[in-house]
Amino acid sequence: MSPKRKIRILIAKPGLDGHDRGARVIARGFRDAGFEVIYTGLHQTPEQIVATAIQEDVDVIGLSALSGAHDYLFPRITELLREEGADDITVIGGGIIPEEDIPELNKAGVKAIFTPGTRIEEAVAWVKGHVKLRG
Amino acid sequence: MVKEEEFAELRQGKGRWKKDLDEARSKVPLRRNRFSTVSDLEIEGLYTPEDIKHLDYFQKIGFPGQYPFTRGIQPSMYLGRLWTMRMFSGLGGPEETNQRFKYLLEHGETGLSVAFHFPTLMGYDSDSSMAKGEVGKCGVAVDTLKDMEILFDGIPLDRVTTSMTINPPASILLAMYIVAAEKQGVNREQISGTIQNDMLKEFIAQKTLMLPPNPSIRLIVDTVEFCTLEVPRWNTISISGYHIREAGATAVQELAFTLADGIAYVEACIDRALDIDRFAPRLSFFFDAHIDFFEEIAKLRAARRMWARIMKERFGSKSSRSWMLRFHTQTAGVSLTAQQPYNNVVRTTCEALAAVLGGTQSLHTNSLDETYAIPTEEAAFIALRTQQVLAEETGVANTIDPLAGSYFVEALTNRIEEDAWEYIHKIDELGGMVKAIDRGYPQAEIAESAYIYQQQIDSGEKTLIGVNKYVTDHPPIPIWRMDPAIEKKQLERLKAVKTTRNNDRVRTHLERIRRGAEGDENLMPLIIDAVREYTTLQEICDVFRQVFGTYQDPGMF
Repeated sequence: MSPKRKIRILIAKPGLDGHDRGARVIARGFRDAGFEVIYTGLHQTPEQIVATAIQEDVDVIGLSALSGAHDYLFPRITELLREEGADDITVIGGGIIPEEDIPELNKAGVKAIFTPGTRIEEAVAWVKGHVKLRG
Repeated sequence: MVKEEEFAELRQGKGRWKKDLDEARSKVPLRRNRFSTVSDLEIEGLYTPEDIKHLDYFQKIGFPGQYPFTRGIQPSMYLGRLWTMRMFSGLGGPEETNQRFKYLLEHGETGLSVAFHFPTLMGYDSDSSMAKGEVGKCGVAVDTLKDMEILFDGIPLDRVTTSMTINPPASILLAMYIVAAEKQGVNREQISGTIQNDMLKEFIAQKTLMLPPNPSIRLIVDTVEFCTLEVPRWNTISISGYHIREAGATAVQELAFTLADGIAYVEACIDRALDIDRFAPRLSFFFDAHIDFFEEIAKLRAARRMWARIMKERFGSKSSRSWMLRFHTQTAGVSLTAQQPYNNVVRTTCEALAAVLGGTQSLHTNSLDETYAIPTEEAAFIALRTQQVLAEETGVANTIDPLAGSYFVEALTNRIEEDAWEYIHKIDELGGMVKAIDRGYPQAEIAESAYIYQQQIDSGEKTLIGVNKYVTDHPPIPIWRMDPAIEKKQLERLKAVKTTRNNDRVRTHLERIRRGAEGDENLMPLIIDAVREYTTLQEICDVFRQVFGTYQDPGMF
């Protein structure tokens, strides 16, 4: 039996938001937790993020937005994933996101939202507990 | 100052105190094994005159308004005029923001500060595909002169000073402001304000990116040259540590990288053969006021002393106005918590007090709800009142630099200065800030500090009330939401402007900008002519992008 492979995660910054402290900290935290991490860098369109996710064959996309544009950008990404038949990729997000927006994002297919104050450990535990490796 | 012979007695006294301390801690252990600032700078439990025995008052501290300006840049400081209360504001469209400006001015704000939405910050119009989902969300949408006219409608531009947080397209927004003032009958010699115009810290930290470093610096030097001649009361660059700090830097890194950026701009202006003592007095700075009270005060005092020395000794400038580090401060957004958000008022108050004791020239206080969204009117009101209470009730503005002479504050000021010089020397060794950025040096240093801090929060080594200690549920607070009709209105206005303006003239102006950009002519006059004809922000930025190329964040972590 081959050893179980590592979870692959794409950390992505959609839109024009330049606040990347959180994205870079969580990318490093995930890497230190033993995941394989790819970071898109800044200013990615939803199309670019979905293309990278498919090309890199990731299990998870972690989106970070502090600009208030999450309500458009996150659902757009899950929509594109469905169109590409890649909606088995788990999408999670974090950033400056009002709590009242979370149900709507969940409905759009974003599985979890991590708001400010989240410990790295919590996010790691969520990924380990909820993400299924893709085929 | 304590004389040499008194130190023996002092050391004996300290020895006795240490014994007493050991006895005390054998009964009640100290709260921590190691005490450190929020930047993880280790500090002693007690400071005495010995810690500052080499401190020469005249050389290192001096008097307010005199070299090296450690105690402040003006002889009178707040005895004459309080700091400018300048609240960073921008929400939705120009009408909404104009209303917010007037509201704040009515309640005693003394200067304006514009927060633009992301498309404007990045050189895109509201109708760009890049702007989808972003219009008016994180600040105000400004696409053309029309928006700028509405933004300042009914606000006399000869009587307020305005700061604009704008970087890659700074020259275009300045041009729009100049023409909007003209239309009010105010000429460019009368207007006063600041454009941030600091691209180096964008590559390092804030990441609103457009052009590569060298053409970015060319545009900045164009604005410096132009304003020195034609807009004499304009602050041409706001050399910013704020975003560097918010991205995770320590206080020392914030200070060092900011001054190193300043050095790079001064060098670029000298390369253009500009006279240092004509342009340097209009360089200004912008620092963070973080939660560690004394560290921030020490940082701000050290900043003044270091810049004075850099300008005088490194660049040989002759005018004392060039030596003065004038700065704006913003309290630390990153110190605020989404949990128990009303605690943020207390954090902001402490940070604002540090800025004042550090001798700031102007101040923005964050609102309690900024971990959720752009501030509501009520939250911005409390933040403004915070400054007014400090200024007019507490008495902290009644004497200049009240912490001077504190063994701790002076020792910490020295320590932060020494550590910051080390970074500056390192950056000099790398060939200056542009080369250091190319190598990812400041970016990596900041990412490392950010990660260490997160680990300290996660482990509980550093306390964040409501997050890793005293955790409770909190009821939701009211937050600002953008009316979706605002985006529609903005798009309609932009469309109307594009159809009613003289498009032939717009094309001619864009062609002139292109030729100017390909050559080495100062672009400011060409940009002013173009915006006067309602050429859009993006139309001009697209020309820049075509001529100069674009810059992509390397995405390291």
